[in-house]
Amino acid sequence: MKVEAKMLLALGTFFGIMCAVYWNWSLENAGGVMMFAGMLLCFLPGLYYYWWSRRMPTRPEDNPQATREEGAGVVGAFPGTSIWPFVLGMGAFTIVLSLVFGIWLLVPGLGLAGWAFLGGTSEGRRGGQH
Amino acid sequence: MTDVLHPVHVGGPAHDDHDEHHGPTGILKWLTSTDHKVIGLSYTVTAVIMLVIGGLFAEIIRGQLASANGTLVSFAQYNELFTMHGSVMIYLFAGPFAFGALANIIVPIQIGAPDMAFPRLNALSYWLYLTGAITMLSGFFTAGGAANFGWVGYAPLSNSLNSPGAGADLWIGGLLLTGFSAIFTGVNLTATIFYLRAPGMTMFRMPIFTWNLLITAILILLAFPVLTAGLIMLYADRHFGTHIFTVAGGGVPVLWQHIFWFWGHPEVYILALPFFGMVTEIIAVFSRKPVFGYKGMIFATLSIAALSLGVWAHHMFTTGVVLLPFFSIMSLLIAVPTGIKMFNWIGTMWRGQIWFSTAMLMAVGFVFTFLVGGITGIYLASPPLDFFTHDTYFVVAHFHSVVMALVLAGMGGLYYWGPKITGYLLNETLGKIQFWFLFIGIQVFTFPMYILGLQGMPRRMAVYPHDPQWVHLNQVASLGAVLIGVSTVLFVVNMVYSWKKYPAGDNPWDAHTLEWFTTSPPPHHNFYRLPQIRSERPTWDHNHPEHRALQHGEHEKTHA
Repeated sequence: MKVEAKMLLALGTFFGIMCAVYWNWSLENAGGVMMFAGMLLCFLPGLYYYWWSRRMPTRPEDNPQATREEGAGVVGAFPGTSIWPFVLGMGAFTIVLSLVFGIWLLVPGLGLAGWAFLGGTSEGRRGGQH
Repeated sequence: MTDVLHPVHVGGPAHDDHDEHHGPTGILKWLTSTDHKVIGLSYTVTAVIMLVIGGLFAEIIRGQLASANGTLVSFAQYNELFTMHGSVMIYLFAGPFAFGALANIIVPIQIGAPDMAFPRLNALSYWLYLTGAITMLSGFFTAGGAANFGWVGYAPLSNSLNSPGAGADLWIGGLLLTGFSAIFTGVNLTATIFYLRAPGMTMFRMPIFTWNLLITAILILLAFPVLTAGLIMLYADRHFGTHIFTVAGGGVPVLWQHIFWFWGHPEVYILALPFFGMVTEIIAVFSRKPVFGYKGMIFATLSIAALSLGVWAHHMFTTGVVLLPFFSIMSLLIAVPTGIKMFNWIGTMWRGQIWFSTAMLMAVGFVFTFLVGGITGIYLASPPLDFFTHDTYFVVAHFHSVVMALVLAGMGGLYYWGPKITGYLLNETLGKIQFWFLFIGIQVFTFPMYILGLQGMPRRMAVYPHDPQWVHLNQVASLGAVLIGVSTVLFVVNMVYSWKKYPAGDNPWDAHTLEWFTTSPPPHHNFYRLPQIRSERPTWDHNHPEHRALQHGEHEKTHA
């Protein structure tokens, strides 16, 4: 976890320095704001990982000498198949088409998206199909 | 829901093959699958179809330009064609192929993960990409035609006065969908690489391809939200009466260029870094050596990513309102890490036992073509030179050298990883013929455009003055485009010809990384067993214990 944290913090620090140099030199706001936001986007997860990396035991994937047995056990829960991403995708598609072909398309679009949110959430709780 | 146990068995398959045959089949499998390999394959097929569509647009453009007063298409159609050629190739082919297609299939297997971290989000990414592609391309079927303001959509031209019609809105809508698709893929890749590595697979043991995809994913998260925000502003300007990019209401048109290129230049590296990773893997495997300068390669990639956020306005030198020295220095600095990569690729090949398979030929072709594109990029980073060549064919030639190098790398990636994905090799003879058509075609296609650009031929013109030399050079470039087209046809022919003909086995190339440890194609959740990971080449260490990587502090036994 330490390497991940340091990488993000290093990137964020660089963006911060670059932002300071650029903003003071050019006095152009758009780029300065965007680089500042880029710095924050690196610091936010970077600090979170750094905070945790000092408080958690070394994970098997961070230990160069880890054996396979150390990684045994449940890795995570992975849904086998699910129709809801497709339904949500079609909902998003219809919502975007409503920007072009008429606002009424928002009704089926938001309907599909809402249906997918409900379906996907309850599937996550029930366990879905293998 | 399946709870995945990390496989710890070392000898023989621990599962029955019932794992392979579960879940729905047929069309329902493609609609509902959350398996990263199935989604990755959908991505690959869709992206290659987009390559063919974008390539057809390019062939029509080159046909129009083969004579000075071409009459193949009208001026309006020409504008639509070069816009959609650029849009399809950048947004719908190169990006999704780079971080959606091969990345989706290979990255989880390379780090020993059973799947992506968020499989359903991964499926959603694909559906957003596909619907985005359909949305953007459907502009051709509207009354006003497709978007026609260039793939960059510069603001005064793309507002509702200058570009009315549904085509432009469909372009914006398509980009919104593919933009969210890219952001979700970025989240997914980062989480997968941070949290699902196998035991012993430390960050500095990950294959370079995975490293590059991690850095690409971070760049996606930094860059794509900016584009999405910009597109929403553009849509608001067109339809809700805001004046963000129009002078009339107190807006600033050049703000669009800032926002677009703040996404657009990191996007260049989002496109390029995955292909750099593919080439690194291919060159190391077919030189039968570890990657030369493994950590140097990673730090070079990180520096490219870091610098890429500070170079956007080198696309805007001629606007006259950007800080020339800052952007020139930053752009020139990018040559340093890129040079390190070049050096390391050559260093990896140096004194290796090189096997010139199709994949290796493609990778070496990439190194040459990318060198041409990279060096002309250094010229363009210098404002005085850029003032003269901006908006001429010199710029077109420069970025076509770069992106066609990426096509070479991507083809190499398909020849290299195709057997892992399908279980069958492609025909090597046809592959080598394809390589020569593609490689020669690229050079024949780009070099005349460099000369045309230096002589001042402007971009995006359907007709040009009837200068015999210009006509001649354009005809040579068109010939190159035909050669590239033939190579694409040869690729399709090869896929049909080699269909299930040459079984690949688990590790046809005697390769290094974890994906070659499992079966071809890999089982559901990828691994029956894992090797002990002690270096960045676990499969090689397992197969060649006498030549395994030495541990820290360990010394090679001296031979008597």
